[in-house]
Formats: sequence, C-alpha cells, structure tokens
Amino acid sequence: MSLERLLRGQGGSWLTASGPAADVVVSSRVRLARNLRRHPFPPRLTPAEAQRVVDEVRGALARLGPGPGGRLELVELQALTPLERQVLVERHLISPQHAASELPAALAVDEREGLSLMVNEEEHLRLQSLAPGLQLQAAWEAADRLDDALAEQLDFAFDERLGYLTTCPSNTGTGLRVSAMMHLPALVHSNQAGDLASALARVGVVVRGIYGEGSKAHGNLFQVSNQITLGRSEGELLESLEAVVRQLVERERGARELLYREHRVELEDRVGRAYGILTHAYAISSEEALALLSTLRLGVDLQLLPQVRPEVCNELMVAVGAAGVQYRAGRPLEPAERDVRRAAMIRERLASRQAPRAPRGEA
Amino acid sequence: MLCQRCGERPATVHVTRIVNGVKTEIHLCPACAESSEMALFAPSPFSIHNLLGGLLHPQPEAGRAQAELRCPACGTTYEEFARTSFLGCETCYTAFAPQLEPLLRRIQGADRHRGKRPVAPGRREQAAAGGTAPAPDGASAGESLAELRRQLDEAVRQEEYERAALLRDRIRALEGRDPAGRGAG
Repeated sequence: MSLERLLRGQGGSWLTASGPAADVVVSSRVRLARNLRRHPFPPRLTPAEAQRVVDEVRGALARLGPGPGGRLELVELQALTPLERQVLVERHLISPQHAASELPAALAVDEREGLSLMVNEEEHLRLQSLAPGLQLQAAWEAADRLDDALAEQLDFAFDERLGYLTTCPSNTGTGLRVSAMMHLPALVHSNQAGDLASALARVGVVVRGIYGEGSKAHGNLFQVSNQITLGRSEGELLESLEAVVRQLVERERGARELLYREHRVELEDRVGRAYGILTHAYAISSEEALALLSTLRLGVDLQLLPQVRPEVCNELMVAVGAAGVQYRAGRPLEPAERDVRRAAMIRERLASRQAPRAPRGEA
Repeated sequence: MLCQRCGERPATVHVTRIVNGVKTEIHLCPACAESSEMALFAPSPFSIHNLLGGLLHPQPEAGRAQAELRCPACGTTYEEFARTSFLGCETCYTAFAPQLEPLLRRIQGADRHRGKRPVAPGRREQAAAGGTAPAPDGASAGESLAELRRQLDEAVRQEEYERAALLRDRIRALEGRDPAGRGAG
C-alpha cells in the first residue's frame, strides 16, 4: 500500500467495532519478539549493521507470498518526517521508542493493517497481529503463520532451553505478548479499576495505557497483557489471558448495567453533554476529546445514542491525536490551531450519515 | 536505601515518573510496590525496565566480580546490562548464564522454554505435520549441542574466553547442520 494511503487512511480493519465482545474489547493484539542470529541486538547495532538487518528483512518479505491482508510493504523510518512517524504511533503501528530511533529502522504493514512488523525497535523484529473485538486466537494464528513464513527466510536467535533470545530478558522464551485493548469506563467510574489491577498483577497480567509502557490511560482505554513469556507454551499464555479478559468484560458489563439502573439520569446527562460538546465545540484538546469520546462510546454501547455508530467512535479515538490532525492539515500547527481543526473534524465525522437529532433525553 | 513508604525494608523497586516535565523518583520495597495501586491504573505505570533495573542491581559484595564480566562476542559488560537491562547479543546469554538464570527465574518464574521453535528453511510441511514439537531426528544433535553448551558455560565461568569462542563456533557449525531445524542460515 502506498505510504500516502497508509498515513491518510481512516485506520486499520481492527477499528471496525465488530467481533466478539466489541462493546468492551476494542481490539486484540499479538506481538512476537524475534532476533536474527549473527547480528548484535538493536541497542548494540551500528548504523551500517542496522541497515543490513533492515535489508535482510526486506529481502525475506519480498520472497513471501501475500497473506490474507495482502503483501507486507516495508517503509524505512528514515524516509519519514517526525510528524509522519508520529501518525504511525497514533495508529498503533509503531511504538514511540521506535519512532524516535536514530538507527536505520523500518515498518512493514499489510493493506488491512492487520499484520505488521517493526524492524530494529527494542528487538530486531516485532511481529504484530491485530483483530477487532476479542479474537486473541485468530490474532495468534495470523502471527504464528507469519512467524513460520519468516523463519523459512531468516535465521532466528533461538536456544533449546531458553527459547527465542531477546534483548530484554522480560521477552525471552516465547517472545509472545498477548494483549487486548479494553474500554473500561464503568469500572473506572465506579473506582473498581485499581482493585482489579492489583488482583491482576498477582496472576501475571499487566495493565497499561493505550500506547504501551509508561503511557497514560486516556479515554478509559487500557491494554491488558501477559507479563510472563518463558516457561509456558503459547497456547497456555493465550488461554490464561483470554480468561482474564473475559472476566473483565463481565465485570465491565455488570458495572455498566448497575450504572444504567441506579444512576440513569446522571449517565444520560453525561452522555448527552458529551455528544453536545463533541458536535458543537469550536476548539477541543485531544485529552478532552478522548474523555468525551469514551463517554460517547459508553452511550452508544448502552443504546442511548442510536444516531452514532460505534466504529465512528473508534476511528475518532485514533484520529484525534495531535499528529493525525496536523498530518491531515498538511503542515505543523500550533496547539490552539490544532484544537480548532480537531473540533471541526469531530463535528464533521459525527454529522456525516447520521440523523442530526438529540440523544434520548429523559425516558 | 530504605523503602520510602514503610521505611523498613530495602528499596529494590525504583520508579522515575515525569509529570508535566517534573521528574520525581520513588524507591519502594517489593511489598509496598505490589500493594501500591500506582503500579497499574495510575497515570504513569511502572516501567518494566525500572523494575528490572531494581532486580538487576548488583549486590555490593558480588558487584565487583560481576562488573568485570564481559560478553566475548559483543563486549557488553554485566554492569552495562544491570544498568540498562538490555543484552547486547545472543552470546550474552551464555556469557552471563550464571547471573541470568536466577534472574529469569525471578522475573519469569521459570527458566525453560516450553513454546514453539523456529521452522527450518524448506521444512515447513514436516513441522506442520509434527506440530511445534522437535523433529525426532534432532535428538542426537540436540544432545551433543547440549554438551557443547555446557562446556561453553563452563569456559565462560572460568573466564577462558578463547576456548569459549572456539566452542561457540563449533556450536554454530553444528546448528548449521542440525536436521531438527535451527536453520542453516
């Protein structure tokens, strides 16, 4: 796919708000850490060696047949402006640290943005597979197939006893990070999130903000993933995370029902106000936009806003980032100018193909 | 350093948070760190590297000996690894094996891989038929590989780096011929 199309697109196939438990689970993701033999790990690479890694991966991809989402096209990050790299971060295709890489590094991605590959991030390769809703198994199968196909072309650093050898020992073994991006507004609202997070930490499950390590949980979006990568098979890791995610889905649904039953007026008021601001604001920060979009999405899931489609909320949650707004504007913008453009984009997107009527007020 | 919360136990978890450009450092013992909610749902969750940094920090007595450890292949020292939590290359796993194994048991709760292995070039169909289990004909090569690896561990422990390099090359040559599919590359 062309870079232009990738950067301008509405987002990947994983934003369709479809799939099982899509009311709570935005997307399922599987990442595999792999390194090439006979090359130092990324923190020790010289620019020339880093370029050789990129070239080897490009060669391997060229020999692969197209997958279900088309071919993986490789883009070197050096060819991108800082703003373009930031757009890819907001689209969850590369990590903030990958975007900041000073060494030759690359992203390979298929047309549906379901499968992608970060080259020379913390590890030589990070395969990523994304699917909408709760579909960890499907995401794993796609990643597993790509991993096997790449292993035919590339020589991975692997040890019989320790498994896949990685830069950071926290990835050693399977190199597998399974995660679900979950929208948990009712659990946050009822102050249950902290207790649940401590309970999850005891069973080896990590909860983070949406852009990964160290990032904030904007818009009540959380990434729930496995901590351990060694000593258990991929199947066991998938199963145990899926069990936790299913429990969280049930807890969130329970909290939403309670909210709807016992605080209906307050809830409808908040949802209505969020819709009102989003459809009428003239300037809005990304932080405020995300918080309101989270409330809007909750309203959509509780069927309080029949005029708003859930996938529009998902798309907007990705599109309101500072880089996305500037890229669409075609130039860097001052924060105040960004806020105006962002508000215009949200108004436009919420107005299109939707009847312009107010949400269900009092019922 | 003592835990900033309980003031009793030694602080082994070190958290750096930057909020609105203001940097603060928090030092906690494992118990307080685990009970602390900031670990997860708070705006700046724990960084795995900070957590590892705490676990990796050399003990005062062992510090001097470990600081001199150096990977013969890439030159990474154990001290650098303890500071950054990044290994420099695949050989670091052998060079730092005595230190890494207890560390892996602590952070991973295990030190033995039970998942899939790479499919060898041209052997994808056989591997698909046999699942992710090792190919049966790989057993003998695996055994001698294991023995060579043991000798390599030993050589590194004795700081006989020239012998270690020779053993490493023999292991690589053997892996190149390994019919179980470690890749001929």
